Amino acid sequence: MKKVIMGNHAVSHAVRLARTQVVAAYPITPQTQIVEELSNMCAEGKLRAKFIKVESEHSAMACCIGAAAAGSRAFTATSSQGLALMHELLHWAAGARLPVVLAEVNRALAPGWNIWTEQTDSLAQRDTGWLQFYCTSNQEILDSILIAFRVAEEVSLPAMVVYDAFYLSHTYEAVDIPEQEPVDAFLPPYEPSVKLDVDNPMAFGSLTTPEYYMEMRHKIEEATERVHEVLPTTYEEFGRIFGREYKAVEPYRCDGADLILATSGTVSSTAQLVIETLRERGMRVGGLNIRMFRPFPARAVREALGRCKKVAVLDRNISFGQGGIFAQELKSALCNEPHRPQVFGFIAGLGGRDITPASIEEVILTADKLDAPEREIEWIGLKT
Amino acid sequence: MNHEQIHEEELVCSGHYACQGCGGVIAMRHALRALGPNTIVVIPACCWSVIAGPFPYSALKVPVFHAAFETGGATASGVRAGLDMQGKTEVNVLAWAGDGGTFDIGLQSLSGAVERNENIIYACYDNEAYMNTGIQRSSATPLRAWTTTTPELFSKETPKKDIVQILVGHKIPYVATASIGFPDDLQAKFRKAKTIEGTKFIHILAPCPPGWKYSSELTIRVARLAAHCKVFPIYEVFDGEHYVINLEPEGKPVAEYLAMQGRFSHLTERQIQEIQARVDYDWEHLLHKAMLEKFEFRGA
Ligand SMILES: Cc1ncc(C[n+]2csc(CCOP(=O)(O)OP(=O)(O)O)c2C)c(N)n1
Ligand SMILES: [Mg+2]
Repeated sequence: MKKVIMGNHAVSHAVRLARTQVVAAYPITPQTQIVEELSNMCAEGKLRAKFIKVESEHSAMACCIGAAAAGSRAFTATSSQGLALMHELLHWAAGARLPVVLAEVNRALAPGWNIWTEQTDSLAQRDTGWLQFYCTSNQEILDSILIAFRVAEEVSLPAMVVYDAFYLSHTYEAVDIPEQEPVDAFLPPYEPSVKLDVDNPMAFGSLTTPEYYMEMRHKIEEATERVHEVLPTTYEEFGRIFGREYKAVEPYRCDGADLILATSGTVSSTAQLVIETLRERGMRVGGLNIRMFRPFPARAVREALGRCKKVAVLDRNISFGQGGIFAQELKSALCNEPHRPQVFGFIAGLGGRDITPASIEEVILTADKLDAPEREIEWIGLKT
Repeated sequence: MNHEQIHEEELVCSGHYACQGCGGVIAMRHALRALGPNTIVVIPACCWSVIAGPFPYSALKVPVFHAAFETGGATASGVRAGLDMQGKTEVNVLAWAGDGGTFDIGLQSLSGAVERNENIIYACYDNEAYMNTGIQRSSATPLRAWTTTTPELFSKETPKKDIVQILVGHKIPYVATASIGFPDDLQAKFRKAKTIEGTKFIHILAPCPPGWKYSSELTIRVARLAAHCKVFPIYEVFDGEHYVINLEPEGKPVAEYLAMQGRFSHLTERQIQEIQARVDYDWEHLLHKAMLEKFEFRGA
């Protein structure tokens, strides 16, 4: 059934359809409606889940970890400060191989207080072992939550579904909300191979000496890499059941492009508009929407970018002292290629400042006119 | 209190970002009035993070440090230490947090500060929910109240956490409850807090028109009624032992207080009676702790 809903409610519906068993969450703008709607759904009996109204995000993640360890499907949602506070437990969930799913609404970090979109909060969690998927529409949010549960449970790793504050979280779009039956077919009940079980007692997370620890980390890496195999077949099956196609990396008019603009999140859809007009003007420009950030789809990125001369990366995030995080990741994916393109890094839209078609055009034209980047970071729309 | 007195030294400016009838802003106004300009305010995330005004403005005439939500007690401890090392021991350090930042996410850092007996004043303006993010329940939300995470069908099933008892358990030098409905008492408590060495905790009832669903001109009346119905008794505890009750409640029925607020509009007659019974019990218990056989009250 198609309904016009906000991005946050797309999450709530997906969590309901996933027959999530335990929700533990703490309010934070701009995530709050996810939790409010879930608590309504629980009250009305539409979602038969235990909803733990915790006293902090740190506890929210700890509850999810406990619930998943006990063998139940667990979900939480947060933003910015909340995600930062969870940091210790993000490592814990991944290390314990628990497929918790988290909806993360990108919001800039304090100080000063800012509730608007920026990706630094989620990207700063890149080394925690969580899978990360970035969305460009409300439909994609709903679908990604279902896919995240499926993939996470298959590889026994937690997954984060990430989207922009306000541009998606509070924006109403038509979303096809699937019926329960096809979702049940796509997402079977969570049945972990090991769990806390009095009939089969086991200890989890015991003291692990150097003799074993490294192999455990190696297994996490292997499981993460396995997502590259699991995800395409999952997307395929999802497409067959629900009629919507996804890819980890989405090229847009890249055929014969000399310059490709790489983006993620809602900026990708604005970028497509700009690319369309520039193509009409005869410019050989294409776009690349990066949907999956962890594991980083390096191979797909190389395939998409291998033949172009220049890549412009528009980052709505910053790693101070190094630049845009997507730019870094792209550079490292390309650095061993014999014919690698020049990579131009741009920073724009921090703290929710608008990234307009004009600013995207500025990015493309700047990269177009230079042979090589003049500096590591090019700031767009900076007031002086 | 006479009118001029309030305006004598106003440290909260007009043009702040509070809603009409906000109890939290009135609370700060009285607190700073009592503490004076020699005060530094630490504000963890709460409505006051917004009320204090957007960059590059500030609604307070004293220094403000905005802090992470869970760190009121710890950040204030750090500010205290930093000032002390420069010999600025006379500066008041005021941690100013909401109920969420105090009862819930900030309880650990508050407990740490109190146990170390940091020389700070920690004030909690209690509007009984997470109001900044749009009215979600906190552990200060009263039994059966509506919030967006405790919908009417599923209204809050547990009573309000007794934060004063938690602090009393720390043997804190000074804990007091206060209310914006009784500004003389509130100011007297902050003035007293200035003179006491160690951690001082002041728990202020600060009604919230949008969150409690009453009309904004009723804020003071709601606050006064809370005390007079014994829902929010006004008292002090010294050194975690000695109780002094500062206000003799008129003993109005709780129903009167509940009826003023939309957040309780779904209550049944029986639920109201249950609430009344709990309030009566808690009050008796308080009298017992104050070792008062009969009513005997002393101003702060
Ligand atoms: C770690 C973290 N989690 C969540 C938030 C979002 N947040 C900001 S203020 C607030 C609620 C504050 O409630 P309370 O302390 O009662 O103060 P009030 O807003 O009611 O005045 C929340 C949940 C945050 N800033 N940081
Ligand atoms: Mg509050």
